[in-house]
Amino acid sequence: MKTRYSYGGDEHIFVECDEEMSLEAFFKGMSITSALREAKIKGVTEICPANASFQVRFDPDVISPEAMMAELKALEAAAQAAPSTLQTRIIEVPVLYNDPWTHETLMRFRERHQDPTSTDIEYTARINGLDGVDGFIKAHSGAPWFVSMVGFVAGLPFLYQMVDRPRQIQSPKYLRPRTDTPRLTVGHGGCFACIYSVRGAGGYQMFGITPMPIYDPNQTVPYLRDFMCLFSPGDIVKWKPIDRAEYDHTVAEVDAGRWMPRIAPVSFSLTEFQKDIDGTNARIMEALNGH
Amino acid sequence: MAINVIKPGLSTTVQDLGRPGYYHLGIPTSGGMDMLSLAAANLLVGNDSGAAVLEAVFLGPELEFTADAMVAVTGADMPPKVDGEERAAWTAFMVKKGQVLSFGFLKAGARAYIAVSGGIDVPVVLGSRSTYTLGALGGFEGRKLAAGDVLPVSAGRGVTEGRSLPEALRRKPGTPAELRMLPGLYWHRITEAAGKTFFEDTWKVAPEADRIGYRFKAGHPLEFADREQPFGAGSDPSNIVDACYPYGSVQVPGGTEPIVLHRDAVSGGGYFMLGTVVSADMDLIGQLQPHTPTRFVKVTMEQALQARRDRKAVLDAIGAALV
Repeated sequence: MKTRYSYGGDEHIFVECDEEMSLEAFFKGMSITSALREAKIKGVTEICPANASFQVRFDPDVISPEAMMAELKALEAAAQAAPSTLQTRIIEVPVLYNDPWTHETLMRFRERHQDPTSTDIEYTARINGLDGVDGFIKAHSGAPWFVSMVGFVAGLPFLYQMVDRPRQIQSPKYLRPRTDTPRLTVGHGGCFACIYSVRGAGGYQMFGITPMPIYDPNQTVPYLRDFMCLFSPGDIVKWKPIDRAEYDHTVAEVDAGRWMPRIAPVSFSLTEFQKDIDGTNARIMEALNGH
Repeated sequence: MAINVIKPGLSTTVQDLGRPGYYHLGIPTSGGMDMLSLAAANLLVGNDSGAAVLEAVFLGPELEFTADAMVAVTGADMPPKVDGEERAAWTAFMVKKGQVLSFGFLKAGARAYIAVSGGIDVPVVLGSRSTYTLGALGGFEGRKLAAGDVLPVSAGRGVTEGRSLPEALRRKPGTPAELRMLPGLYWHRITEAAGKTFFEDTWKVAPEADRIGYRFKAGHPLEFADREQPFGAGSDPSNIVDACYPYGSVQVPGGTEPIVLHRDAVSGGGYFMLGTVVSADMDLIGQLQPHTPTRFVKVTMEQALQARRDRKAVLDAIGAALV
């Protein structure tokens, strides 16, 4: 894993922990950005962790780019020794796979897709050697996912599948990005899942939709009253496949202000995960199911 | 005091100096695309430089005032009118109770800033009154203005009519526009020849140019350096493992049309970036009209910092001229 530093103009430093995605690269970025937050360096205005990289915005009138760079390199050296454990939470996210709204949208943008004759889910199942739509849903919802970045638009989580690499679902982004994506679409690009927090442009494959709002600028949704965005990096997500009746029921409950997501505290150790992926996931699921 | 929106213009939003601190959650700073013009408009009417103003793109709004107020219009050349009678831009003028402020056709630039003494008094959300339309956050109900909206305005400090900014301090974009850029980020993803061509080409502002980003076309497609795509990135050579995007960063999806991210930037994504437009030139981008010929000019960090100092000197001079 080789760290690469670059200036993003006169106000940003961009740090790539590794060229490829891995939880190890994520944890390295998380350690350095946590240390940076604690260091409270004057002139730092934004600290943005990402999947296998991170970005710092600073005011060069307060700290010179060279001095900022030196601070980050010193923090990288110190962060090597940081333990890779997290006190975090697991959040269950209901998903109506193969829903009518993303289906309508993907048909509208078919000419921008790699395979105009099939749907996004059929295409992704095929190129990943999965047994059709059902096989895909099983693979997608079978193990938890790790929130490795929040961004693009307000509160949108990028999620990394917590299985060994041969089992990870991969798909390309659309050949040309769409100009429309339904709000709360569950998408996928590269190795990442996402939930589109708002309606808008997007390039990820579309697999389904969740009835669960994850961003609410008005903060009327009960579980978003403390803050308008639900997700933070380090959260763990478990998809729960639901049918249309449960989807409609959940939407009605959300609208009535009665619905709450299932969330449980859980600890995560990268070392434990590396030793026993399925065992770690089983323990995480127990936290959610209260056994 | 309030302002009744009779016609909203093409896309008029409330903006101030922005909302830093939430980019790590995908909430951009927003704020005026041309901060120099925004600050000047405020200072002309006796506001703090960061009071909330209206930013009007290409076509001005029609606004009815319910009380007397001092107004200044800066930025794009879009002549202000009071009850149909033209007023000077970059100059404080009075709009009396019941009068209507409207605008003539755009002559140059893209965004006009309309400051009202006291400032537009929409709620402060996460530390700012700026509108972030994609996230339906801040500003007037999280959206661009619509006919029938009623904008609250705070009480202003008394300033004399006719205060004007000297011509030399009214910065305008050149043609062709030149945007200084510090190469970096994923510069190594393209060949040396492609890097040279990128700076030699004259690009044109594409119609898809908004507060999120400005797209440029008409240059040569970029040729990528050979590599095996890293795990998680996606198969196109312009794909990267999704990462953060700096403000001003120049991403090139598919290697064809560069996009410079601006105040309402998407905070990250999976396209490689060539480098970053220097902070001093961000104001200029917001004043570029579609089809404007544009060149990217390669600079060093030292030149980027000098450009920053030069911009700061202009801002200080504006402040000194309007004490």
